[in-house]
Amino acid sequence: MAALEEEFTLSAVPLGAGPDGLLGVEQSDKTDQFLVTDSGRTVILYKVSDQKPLGSWSVKQGQIITCPAVCNFQTGEYIVVHDHKVLRLWNNEDVNLDKVFKATLSAEVYRIHSIQGTEPLVLFKEGAVCGLEALLAEPQQKIETVISDEEVIKWTKFFMVFRHPVLIFITEKHGNYFAYVQMFNSRILSKYTLLLGQEEKSVIQSFTASVDRKFISLMSLSSDGCIYETLIPIHPSDPGKSQKVVRSLVLKTVVSGNARNGVALTILDQDHIAVLGPPLPASKECLSIWNTKFQTLQISKELPQGTSGQLWYYGENLFMLHGKFLTVIPYKCEVSSLAGALGKLKHSQDPGTHSMSHFVNWETSQGHGFESQNSEPSKRILRRRKSETSVEPEVPASKQLLSTIKKDSEKHIEVELRKFLAIKRTPDFHTVIGDIVMGLLGRWKTEPSFYPRNSLMQLIQTHVLSYSLCPGLMEVALEKTDVQMLQLCLQQFPDIPEAVTCACLKIFLSIGDDILQKADVNMESVSAYSDAVQDEHMEEQSEILQNGFNPEEDNCDTCDKELSEKSQDTLETTLCPVIPKKAALLNAILRSAYSETFLLPHLKDIPAQHITLFLQYLYFLYLKCSENATMTLPGIHPPTLNQIMDWICLLLDANFTVVVMIPEAKRLLLSLYKFVKSQICICSELNKIEVSFRELQKLSQEKNNRELYSIEVLELF
Amino acid sequence: MGEFNVHRVRFFNYVPSGIRCVAYNNQSNRLAVSRTDGTVEIYNLSANYFQEKFFPGHESRATEALCWAKGQRLFSAGLNGEIIEYDLQALNIKYAMDAFGGPIWSMAASPSGSQLLIGCEDGSVKLFQIIPDKIQFERNFDRQKSRILSLSWHPSGTHIAAGSIDYISVFDVKSGSAIHKMLVDRQYMNVSKRKCIIWGVAFLSDGTVISVDSAGKVQFWDSATGTLVKNHLIANADVQSIAVSDQEDSFVVGTAEGTIFHFQLVSVTSSSSEKQWVRTKPFQHHTHDVRTVAHSPTALISGGTDTHLVIRPLMEKVEVKNYDAALRKITFPHRRLISCSKKRQLLLFQFSHHLDLWRLGSTVATGKHGDTLPLSKDADHLLHLKTKGPENIICSCISPCGSWIAYSTASRFFLYRLNYEHDSISLQRVSKMPAFLRSALQILFSEDSTKLFVASNQGSLHVIRLLEGSFKHLHTFQPQSGTVESMCLLAVSPDGNWLAASGTSAGVHVYNVKRLKLHCTVPAYNFPVTALAIAPNTNNLVIAHSDQQIFEYSIPDKQYTEWSRTVQKQGFHHLWLQRDTPITHISFHPKRPMYILVHDAYMFCIIDKSLPLPNDKTLLYNPLPPTNESDVIRRRTAHAFKISKIYKPLLFMDLLDERTLVAVERPLDDIIAQLPPPIKKKKFGT
Repeated sequence: MAALEEEFTLSAVPLGAGPDGLLGVEQSDKTDQFLVTDSGRTVILYKVSDQKPLGSWSVKQGQIITCPAVCNFQTGEYIVVHDHKVLRLWNNEDVNLDKVFKATLSAEVYRIHSIQGTEPLVLFKEGAVCGLEALLAEPQQKIETVISDEEVIKWTKFFMVFRHPVLIFITEKHGNYFAYVQMFNSRILSKYTLLLGQEEKSVIQSFTASVDRKFISLMSLSSDGCIYETLIPIHPSDPGKSQKVVRSLVLKTVVSGNARNGVALTILDQDHIAVLGPPLPASKECLSIWNTKFQTLQISKELPQGTSGQLWYYGENLFMLHGKFLTVIPYKCEVSSLAGALGKLKHSQDPGTHSMSHFVNWETSQGHGFESQNSEPSKRILRRRKSETSVEPEVPASKQLLSTIKKDSEKHIEVELRKFLAIKRTPDFHTVIGDIVMGLLGRWKTEPSFYPRNSLMQLIQTHVLSYSLCPGLMEVALEKTDVQMLQLCLQQFPDIPEAVTCACLKIFLSIGDDILQKADVNMESVSAYSDAVQDEHMEEQSEILQNGFNPEEDNCDTCDKELSEKSQDTLETTLCPVIPKKAALLNAILRSAYSETFLLPHLKDIPAQHITLFLQYLYFLYLKCSENATMTLPGIHPPTLNQIMDWICLLLDANFTVVVMIPEAKRLLLSLYKFVKSQICICSELNKIEVSFRELQKLSQEKNNRELYSIEVLELF
Repeated sequence: MGEFNVHRVRFFNYVPSGIRCVAYNNQSNRLAVSRTDGTVEIYNLSANYFQEKFFPGHESRATEALCWAKGQRLFSAGLNGEIIEYDLQALNIKYAMDAFGGPIWSMAASPSGSQLLIGCEDGSVKLFQIIPDKIQFERNFDRQKSRILSLSWHPSGTHIAAGSIDYISVFDVKSGSAIHKMLVDRQYMNVSKRKCIIWGVAFLSDGTVISVDSAGKVQFWDSATGTLVKNHLIANADVQSIAVSDQEDSFVVGTAEGTIFHFQLVSVTSSSSEKQWVRTKPFQHHTHDVRTVAHSPTALISGGTDTHLVIRPLMEKVEVKNYDAALRKITFPHRRLISCSKKRQLLLFQFSHHLDLWRLGSTVATGKHGDTLPLSKDADHLLHLKTKGPENIICSCISPCGSWIAYSTASRFFLYRLNYEHDSISLQRVSKMPAFLRSALQILFSEDSTKLFVASNQGSLHVIRLLEGSFKHLHTFQPQSGTVESMCLLAVSPDGNWLAASGTSAGVHVYNVKRLKLHCTVPAYNFPVTALAIAPNTNNLVIAHSDQQIFEYSIPDKQYTEWSRTVQKQGFHHLWLQRDTPITHISFHPKRPMYILVHDAYMFCIIDKSLPLPNDKTLLYNPLPPTNESDVIRRRTAHAFKISKIYKPLLFMDLLDERTLVAVERPLDDIIAQLPPPIKKKKFGT
């Protein structure tokens, strides 16, 4: 498919283009460098990829360039004609055009043509064509007149056909058009009359041509907006005699019939042409690419600042004057293929144009997972767009809320906040929420009576907050011994400092049961066993430790005995040592993230009896865990076995010397020792099993290896 | 469709080499991958991740670094101390240049692409100027104490960071002197390791240097003051690679435990524009060391010792579900390593330094679907042919009659004649190969084994007539003037009249072998060709492209066939287009011209052109219908694509005769079993 890429202007300063636009854009001997001749006195060499001029040359005041500068590809020199007859040749090193080689000719030059692989040709206004070398050898030689008196050259182009230079030029006389084809090597000039057909009165506005093996295909854009093609044979059947050629319609009404400014067209490749001009009478000018084979418009680009009706095409770049600036639009066309032409391209075909399913996007939001998981995946893109568009009005909304926080009553803030949270979320939602919390806390600092508990709870439950977004929040809750909020924070925040976790733990352990009964604590982590813990005793212990370990076989006979002797006491430990609400709070601690190194020093500050209590609770949880084969606790989001074990180890590490001195902790320590031992046993057994499994896997692989070759029967239906 | 006896071959013990480096080129959306045996592969990410080019490896050329420079130029450097530039058109090595600094450990192209920096064993950092067709030594930077293992340019090109052992140096490019030396902590989990190796560095435009090291750390340094800013301990093993996105808003690191971590620059608060690097996502797609990572605008790319190339798309960058949204794991090469002699039932396996020839077994028993038949004769290993010299084999082929074997390395072409006498086999090398037959990209024998076609890396195709024990050069098809692109795929028609050849991007050319001239060129298509074959009798050329399209082109008529047009009009089934491995081989049923057999790594398919095409509503992968189902329903649901996924990963499949198939599988477990053991992670009782 044909495609136009992003346009760019070649120079920042407007060119000295006259009302008729530029004189020309021509290739130089280096790819990517082009000579631009304006209609005044200046020639500029541009490097397109750098978008900057490499050199600029001007003729003297009073002189005027009459023919676009070209490059002699054989010598690398530049050639320009000023004042119709004066030829100038210069190099990149030359600075002043006045001091370079000069030749004054005897007749007026229409254009100089230069293409790769041959010497430049000079086309005179009277139609004569002359090679540059011959002309420079004898500048004042007489130039013959080829075309008749009132004929004017309208357009010309130079080709190489099988290494033979061929020049075509079109003349006009009283509304009739003539084409001359000059074979330069054989000096054969053929003249053709272009028959316009039924559209006799139309004026041809622009020409372009491409060359085939035998024909020059001349495309013309008429004033009726249609494109016609005329095939002109390169090797005339009867040279010398004037022949007639007809034109055929290629594309209908590609530009508006009565365009004010000029229109232009150029052939891009076999099937594509570029047309410059307004597609409708009233519309702005457009650059359009048409596929002539399928008669389709491939792409079009509006040029609102108007053009000069000139279009050049070299390599992959289209050049035009857009407004006052020379604009380059890179053009690419992939070769047409069957699949492309039938419209079965990859993208249109792909059934996978459904949108993506849910994923976590760190750049827009952090962890608002619950809602979006439930939302329809197909709505996702839509919603995201919507939220992006609503970014701008939202910023004032949060600002407004912040100002409300500064002065209004708690009740009012709550209402406003609810409104705010109902609005769609923006990518920076989490930081906005953080700001609101900080605003609330800021006000609390100045007036201690203000404690917007409900609002804060609501904000924490948005799932987007973290400790670092609102550093003061937990300190406030600690100060107020607001266990409910602390529990919520522990559940929601991923990044609580260990010191704060420890402070929470201290509060949870020390808080009186009577106060706790009044607090509203989320009980879901203990719901499954909260009813039981109060009064129910665990059943037989031997069943508990079935996982790879049997207490009977344990080497620690003495402690075993001691324990079994006091089985009555052991059973006591299976009673939950804390009330369910406290258990729920402690579970929140167990489930929060921490780093051992930072937590240990803080654990040392906890009083010994609290440590013992906590250890008892942890031991209880461990026994509860061991009840089932999967080693998990019942309930929603319970602490895992690993978390329990890690905490036991941590507590003992931090306070071993203290705990060991407390008589009531002695039995607990013994049972803990036993269960740690059992854990070690389990792990070593598991490791043994893992190794055995690996060996089994190896064996099965070897077995597979033996089946390296087989002949099987396969039936395909 | 019928019953087949399938020779299910699993003794092709091919193990791909581990991946050492990957380099992503944003401009062309291509990925260069180098392996431990020195092979370099080029993947076209726009063409459905097709491996479109490869450069064969070399025993002494262990590649340690790979980079793109000056747009599309590809360089590698390795432990033999040489910098190599690859010719991506002719598919050979343009030149190798000794850097005179001992083994090269690292290389980086300057942000402008005009300079190349290498880090050597002797502690020197050398700057090279990239000039057209060459590189030129410019100067040395201040010599360091130990080897330079990693290098990174500041985006402005004024400074570089170089990772060595135990420290990182920051150099000023203008003066070539080290302005900072940042010592890295050797401590690892409170245990002092002997040395801390800086495996990778990345220099960001704000002056931050990110380093990854053997102690499992990702560290952020301020290059202006030479101080440590931030430290992430992410692994218990080495962090071996790092790659930063062009926008510098995310980067990826790979560890020896097979994990890759994604880091992103996330804003902390709304009030300040301050952003922080946050470790966001871990991915575990590898079992072994991740030796190298790359960061394309939409995906994280990683490769390592476990030989997989993994392309993990960043879901937030992908809007639509298409090829780019799926996780890709590329394990097997996208070219054929196996050729087959149908007449003698031989399989020739190509390895990097040897060829193996096997004869298939036979059976007299018959059975029904799913049976394994008792073997009357087991498969025989006939021949083990080792190459001479250090170069890897590029391609190999056995003639259909089984009496010729040809293979080529980067500098030599070998042709052997095989003689079978009862059970013994003798091998005779055809000597005096002509000078023009030096290296081949593809070798093919004609169906009657009288002609040999060789695609050389200058774009020319040689036709050679084989006589008993000798040969005669018949003709060379020269490439179209102005193109130097090499042909990588060949197909010859069974009647020997037509030869089709395809390069990496240009269209497929069809030559008339009788008249020795170009017959026609198939219209070009946007996606590279992955397999080619010419059907018997009709001389239809079947072409598979990397976007899973299949075209059938009639060579005599010089146009697409009616069937191909119908297929294109209706379009392939969406599940067919979503397959993620390319078709690597096409063959035909000797008796039924309507059947085309194609296969990729995870399925094979017999296309029956007489049946209607499946549309998006029909079930593409037909489960086997129960036996009691009436014929009517079966006929109603039947469509042209008969797909079987029994054999996988499938490296080769062909029809030996009308009732017999051969399938070569390479189970992934067998490959893993041959890899070195991964870092052991304790599962229990940590």
